[in-house]
Parts: sequence; structure tokens; C-alpha cells
Amino acid sequence: MERPTPTPRSGIPFGRAALLGTFAAGIAGIAAAPSVSRFLSKAVPSTGGLGEVLPGIGGGWRIYSVQSPLPTFDPASFELSITGLVEKPRRLRWSEVAALPGVHQTSDFHCVTGWSVDNVRWEGIRAQTIIDLVRPKPSAKFVTLQSLETPYVDQVSLDQFREPNAMLARRQDGKPLTRSHGAPLRLVLPSMYGYKNVKWVRELRFDASPAPGYWEQRGYDVDAWVGKSNGYGA
Amino acid sequence: MARRRIGRFSRTERAAHWLLASTFFVMLFTGLCLSVSAFEGILDRPTAKAWHLWSAIALVGGLALLALLGNRRSLARSAREIDRFDSDDARWLKGAPGRFISGGAAPPQGRFNAGQKLNSALIGGLMLTMYATGFLLWYGERDTTYRFAGTVMVHDWGTLILMILVAGHLYLAVLHPATRHSLRGMTLGDVDEDWARRHHSKWVEQPEAERVAADRE
Repeated sequence: MERPTPTPRSGIPFGRAALLGTFAAGIAGIAAAPSVSRFLSKAVPSTGGLGEVLPGIGGGWRIYSVQSPLPTFDPASFELSITGLVEKPRRLRWSEVAALPGVHQTSDFHCVTGWSVDNVRWEGIRAQTIIDLVRPKPSAKFVTLQSLETPYVDQVSLDQFREPNAMLARRQDGKPLTRSHGAPLRLVLPSMYGYKNVKWVRELRFDASPAPGYWEQRGYDVDAWVGKSNGYGA
Repeated sequence: MARRRIGRFSRTERAAHWLLASTFFVMLFTGLCLSVSAFEGILDRPTAKAWHLWSAIALVGGLALLALLGNRRSLARSAREIDRFDSDDARWLKGAPGRFISGGAAPPQGRFNAGQKLNSALIGGLMLTMYATGFLLWYGERDTTYRFAGTVMVHDWGTLILMILVAGHLYLAVLHPATRHSLRGMTLGDVDEDWARRHHSKWVEQPEAERVAADRE
């Protein structure tokens, strides 16, 4: 069999340099991406135009919604209803919600689609404050969170609601929650993926029986433990 | 008069190309279903994820099989040609934007022109990046120590750059009048010799034995 004369090795090995350089840039990008993304978020507005197309705008956050436009918070008309199997159902105006005692915490936020934002500083109301306020009946086993964004709803068990670092957040990174982050109230449950961390909360209902939330009706796990759900671990 | 045609891509090279193309589009579509809200709900998440991961495995496995059982020599020849850039290539790249807009003669090129070589190298580097970040995304779901905020951003930026490169590649291969003839080389394997002489003269003018030998399977 005839052997071909090898192609003369003229020129420089720029191809491998481009290939390996791209790969190296990609790996370095894993470390650099959060700061690049913070920079871009300042330079490019996160809604409309470029911000919708370019990945990583918004300081690592991505905003998902099931309704357009996003819900609007009006402090004058907002009411938080706490209903269901409780001794003392309440309807709180925003001024009353704002007056409830709060705590600060720093926790990581994980989305089921793969992105995470580390060290988010939250301020909010612990479950126990709500529980003391309305006194759930012994039959109450679940808390259903209804969003101003219709038809978004999700549910956590009473035990999950009482997780030590769960809260109804009012402030994020030192500022009141913004519209895209669920103003004025969102559930923060760091041990579970973001779809359980309901935004724009307008009603908490104490229930006896489980009911799947918005994404759970679409195939996601009810118990959305980070790293141990949606097909992983467990 | 019958047109003279010369073989440009071996069956193994073409199989590798179409394996990459088909798995790329499956991964692109399922990836969009997994992460872009406009695509949410077209496929349910477990299905989209399974297709995404299995396509990635099929691509690597298929390329390994082709390297093992196919015409290894033609693959090695392609790799060697893509790697090497000479002074004609440097001039080719410098003049490319002007030629794209107003035409004109290009410096002589081998079987791949400098743009094709650069495109292949970038796609190779991006593939490695996508495999590395994709693996981290997959593994990070099992062990949260390996969840990094930047992983998904790099995976997304990689997608965006690949989409741009693939869109340009599709345009040049299917629509652009000067280059669309080359599509035949990737489907049937051979191209018109006159066309090749104009666009890839250094390759056509190689001694025939050398050019043809690598195409034998």
C-alpha cells in the first residue's frame, strides 16, 4: 500500500494555540464570570434589548416569570392574607408587614437550571413570627404561598417553612426587594431550589393536604432540596 | 463536457462532521428548553435533560468510534492542516473582511482556508469548554461544592458564541455564492476541480498521489 508523503509542516501551529487558548479562556471564565457579569449588569440594563439576550446580566441572577408584565407592588393597596387552618386569620397592610420584627441572614441561592448566587444578604420575617401571629391549628401541615404573579403558587411543608434559615424576605443586599426579585415579599428557603422561593407573595394559607405548585405540576420535584432532588442524589 | 471532480472529505471526516452537526442542534434545542423561559414547556425538563446529556455522550462516543474504526489517517491529516497557519493564511485573514464585502482575489489556500481553520480551532476550544462546564453543571447537582456561579454563565456565553459561529458557517456553506459549492464536499465528498483550483489552489496543486492517498478508506 502506498503511503502518502506527509504534508509539509510549514507555518506555525496557530490552530492548536487558538483551540487551547479558547479552552483556557473558558476555564478562567468560570472564575471571572461573576465579576464580568457584575460589570456588564452596570453597563447594560437587564430588561429590554441586550440585557434579555446576553447571558449573565443582573449579577448572576436570572429572572423567570410566568406572567408578563411582572407584578407591581403598591404599598397603599398591598395586603398579605394569612388564612386557612389557623386560629386567627389575618389580613395585613404593607405598613403592618413592614412593622413585623425581622432578622438578617446571608445565604446562597441555587436555581434548578444550574446557576447560583452566593452570599445573598437577606432581611426578612421568620416563620415563627407568622406562626405566633395566626396560631396554626394542629391539622395544618402545609403552607401554600400564592403569588401576585398569577397563576404562580407553591407549597412547603410546615417543617420546611420552619427551617432555621427560611424567611419571608423584605430586603435583599441592603435594599428593599426590587420588582424583578419579588417585591415586596418573597420566600427565601436556601436549602431548596429557587422555584420554591415564591416571589411577590400575597397569601400564606395553612393547609392540611399537599397540593403541587406551579412547576411541580410541570414535572419538578415537590421537595426541591438542592443537590438531592429533580433526579439527583437521594 | 463532464466536470472533473476531486475528493475533498473522506467518509470518516464527513461522518464526524454530521455527527457534530446533528448532536449540536439537539443540544442547542434541548439546552434552550432547559434554560430560556421562552422555550420552557416545549419539552418537559427530564426529557430535555436526558436528550441533552445523551447527545453529548453520543458525540464523544461517536468521535471515539470514528477515530478507532474509521479512516484515522484522514482525521489526522485534517487536524494537522487545521493546526498549521502560514504567511498566506495570515494575509488571507487580514483581507477577509474586505473580500467578504467587495470580493477580490484571495491569497492561495490549502484544502482548508484560514477562516475554516480558525473556525474549527475555535469550535474545538469551545467544545472542550462546553464539556468542562457541562460536566460541572451535572456534577454540581450531585455535590454542591462544585456549583460555581460562573459555570452556567460560561456555558451560556459558549452557546452564544457557538450559535454565531454556526450561523456564519451555515451562511457560507449554504447561501454565500462564492463558497456554497463546498457543501457538496461535505455531503458527497467531492468538489468541482475548477472551483477548488480557484479557492484551494495549494491543495489542488499538491502531487495527486499525496492528495488522493489520504482519501482512501
